[in-house]
Amino acid sequence: MNDMTPIQTTLKDWESDQEVRWCPGCGDYAILKAVQRTLPEIGADPANTVFVSGIGCSSRFPYYVESYGFHTIHGRAPAFATGIKLANPELDVWLVTGDGDGLSIGGNHTMHILRRNLNCQILLFNNEIYGLTKGQYSPTSRLGTPSPSSPVGSVDRPAQPAAFALGAGARFVARGFDVSKELSGVLKAAHAHQGAAFVEIFQNCIVYNKDVFEDFAAPKGAEASQLWLKNGEPMLFGNPKTGPIKGIALNVDHLHLEVVDVVDGDWQAAGVIVHDVTNRAIAHMLVEMPFGPFPMALGVLYDDPRPTFEQELLGQDRTVNSGKSADLAKLLAKGQTWTVTEGGPEL
Amino acid sequence: MATILAEGDEAAKPHENDVPEAVVVRFAGDSGDGMQLTGGQFTLSTALAGNDLATFPDFPAEIRAPQGTLFGVSAFQINFGSTEITTAGDQPDVLVAMNPAALKTNAPALKAGGLIIADSGEFTKRNLEKAKYEVNPLEDGSLAKWDLLAFDISALTVEAVKPFGLGNKDALRCKNMWTLGLALWMFDRDRQPIIDGLNAKFKGDKKILADANIAALNAGHAYGETAELAGPLKKLSIEPAQSPAGLYRTVNGAEAVSYGLVAGAQLAKLPMFFGGYPITPASAILHNLVKMKEFGVTTFQAEDEIAAICAAIGASYAGQLGVTSSSGPGIALKGEAMGLAIMTELPLVIVNSQRGGPSTGLPTKTEQSDLYQAVYGRNGDAPIPVISARSPADCFEVAIEACRIAVQYMTPVILLTDGYIANAAEPWKVPDPASFEEFPVAFLEEKNGDGVVLPFKRDEKGVRPWIKPGTPGLMHRIGGIEKAVDTGNIDYSPLAHQTQTDARKAKIDGIAKSIPDQDVALGQAGGKMVVVGWGSTFGPIHQAVRRMRAKGLDVSHVHVRHIWPLPQNLGELLHSYDHVLVPEMNTGQFKTVLRDQYLVDAKPLTKTSGQPFTIAEIQDAIATYFNGYDESGEVDADDTQLPSTKAVNP
Repeated sequence: MNDMTPIQTTLKDWESDQEVRWCPGCGDYAILKAVQRTLPEIGADPANTVFVSGIGCSSRFPYYVESYGFHTIHGRAPAFATGIKLANPELDVWLVTGDGDGLSIGGNHTMHILRRNLNCQILLFNNEIYGLTKGQYSPTSRLGTPSPSSPVGSVDRPAQPAAFALGAGARFVARGFDVSKELSGVLKAAHAHQGAAFVEIFQNCIVYNKDVFEDFAAPKGAEASQLWLKNGEPMLFGNPKTGPIKGIALNVDHLHLEVVDVVDGDWQAAGVIVHDVTNRAIAHMLVEMPFGPFPMALGVLYDDPRPTFEQELLGQDRTVNSGKSADLAKLLAKGQTWTVTEGGPEL
Repeated sequence: MATILAEGDEAAKPHENDVPEAVVVRFAGDSGDGMQLTGGQFTLSTALAGNDLATFPDFPAEIRAPQGTLFGVSAFQINFGSTEITTAGDQPDVLVAMNPAALKTNAPALKAGGLIIADSGEFTKRNLEKAKYEVNPLEDGSLAKWDLLAFDISALTVEAVKPFGLGNKDALRCKNMWTLGLALWMFDRDRQPIIDGLNAKFKGDKKILADANIAALNAGHAYGETAELAGPLKKLSIEPAQSPAGLYRTVNGAEAVSYGLVAGAQLAKLPMFFGGYPITPASAILHNLVKMKEFGVTTFQAEDEIAAICAAIGASYAGQLGVTSSSGPGIALKGEAMGLAIMTELPLVIVNSQRGGPSTGLPTKTEQSDLYQAVYGRNGDAPIPVISARSPADCFEVAIEACRIAVQYMTPVILLTDGYIANAAEPWKVPDPASFEEFPVAFLEEKNGDGVVLPFKRDEKGVRPWIKPGTPGLMHRIGGIEKAVDTGNIDYSPLAHQTQTDARKAKIDGIAKSIPDQDVALGQAGGKMVVVGWGSTFGPIHQAVRRMRAKGLDVSHVHVRHIWPLPQNLGELLHSYDHVLVPEMNTGQFKTVLRDQYLVDAKPLTKTSGQPFTIAEIQDAIATYFNGYDESGEVDADDTQLPSTKAVNP
């Protein structure tokens, strides 16, 4: 995000006149609404907001938001965003990408925008499939995913977006899913973060990879399958009405996380960890935590800002330029020159 | 000290009383010998002496190729004199060979009767083996057709820098300055600018290096002054050239492009954003621009070529002048993004410093083989203006012109230079940036439709408005998908694609109306023959045509700057000649464009050896179109003779 004067808008103000063309029931609709609901709440200014995307279903997003929007080419949205932000750091830049766009063809750029720490929000819609090209397995598809290009199941091991982001040097990593009520809160946190804020949003592709996240995203049993992380609060999950309250503890002997039972609400006695969004080591463990034995870690996993790319780069330029005059004629005539007069040259 | 003087061709020796108009000197050595530096310094002092000049740095792709090897030879050629110089010269008059490999690779080009100066200290058994010599060429008489001066420059240098207590390795590094000192003496050049330069370069605890290098320089100079050498080592004084009055400096193509881009952005009243990725020979532009940030320049070294152009397009979208630069392989990677800039109609300048291809090809050698890539090399009907620079100094004006077209027509523009232009230096009459006409950009600030913003509403030239994000009330979306007229909303309909394809083409074609008519560089419209060139072949074509005209041949020179769209009168002009010859450092690419556009019977003269054309090669090609000529100027054209299509590769 950038420092700005809050503007009064409503959700309606953020709806463009374009007909939304995702498949009926696509998770993208819910994400679009969550974003359009969040923008007024953070006081965003449509004239100062730019949505940049690559190619894919998710990348149609900018057309539907009443702000400035740039639908670019496959995988390269981070590079466009970098040029936009360096040209005008006042703009509030949102980058919308998918698992294919951001981690396959554009994996390189995703890595570099994160390590440089360009001040923007990166929303990676992860549906674990190529939707727009009709259902091929993607870099996040699970092992054995059958698809038109892997009829007997994919053998590529999947990439983990949040782990990739953290490994690339991201200073903000969060997770949410399309229909979650908490998504808006995650988006707000991402926007509040100064620097590249990476948000993996699990998104249901109802045509080519239907309900692939149902295990944890279904409302039924959500309390036991979702671990919503809150800074300063213990990592607890479970519904006391249907089962035990559990927590995440650190096994210090073997340096890994483990699920522990919390008896009588005494999470301290059970050794449950208090979430510290600035703890990078724990963040690494949270993004790698396998779903099944563990709940799905959601919310803000890591948030520890450092100076942003455009601050550093443009700040350095300002320092270097201070006191220098931009006199081109003078510059051209600099160095070792000679003058030719009618009578011939002289030094 | 070993001094070997071979018998030479007496008649070809330069004499003090017979001062030539121009002299070509070639410095050749190991890539670690500092030949480029020596050549550059010699260029400076030559320019300061008021000679016109052209240079040709020729170096290997390897940073530190194995010492003494044939492929590790680095050379620098300079042609200077009292007449107008437009090429680096065909055959050197003087060759400075710092080791056997440098002698072996460069001697064949030397003019018969020319002078070889060799460092005999480097002609050891091992170095001779590396250069594939079975016997020492300094001793077996095989260099008899040239004058030979061989002495132990290594030992003389070590001796000269002894007082500074440098190690043997560091001492030998001063060899190039010793050689430079001798060359400065030979051509009566002032040492002081070089000495000042060394003092400025090595300061503080490095001052000893300045002192040692200056001592070597002086020792080389003194050697020429005092050595009792008879024969060829005569002091030559080349008269200053006649140039228009004014302030001069030397400039290479990479510098001139950088200055021109900055000037162009200033004339457009825009900040400039440069996205680049390191690649030979284009990196120098990035290196130059990072030193010019006070001119509103932001530079971004991207993670790859694609990100470099995409960031530049992003900056253009946000209201700056986006610029990217590369060489052939990098330009290939940028192709898809160029299509987006065409489709979204955003200004952008793409500089291609061409090198030999395809693929990695010849990274450090020159070629003009990316013309098809520039004009045709994208998916879809993707017209892009292409302009080319003819010489290092010409890059300044051409870069300004590229900026003008980009912002006035909301389009990416490709500027073609090449490895030769990028690295070569020539004297440059310092231009006054204020003398160029401004072309300030006006962004759209208010809604241009009936209560709505129409981002793709075209003006009379077919150009859409430029709208900066951040402008209140003008929010809109753009992208690479085909779009509806005016609104720019997604529209795949047959009518939309037909209309927009036509509009994009018409807009680019219309640029021809804003460019000057094609002139004739030498000669006149109409006649027996025209030699049509583009880019860095200007020098050799110009000299060849000049010489052939002096012999009475009816031949003219036309040099095209605007490759796409072409000047409006070019077709008519070409049809006014009986023969059209197109020399190019490729297999005939511009020839194809001319044939296609004008149904003119253009014949190619091609060269793809990584070396520029020599004047003689072009003269020979011109001669094949004529029955012959005599000094009286009476010439009959041979209309029945088949024109040359042969490549003049070695």
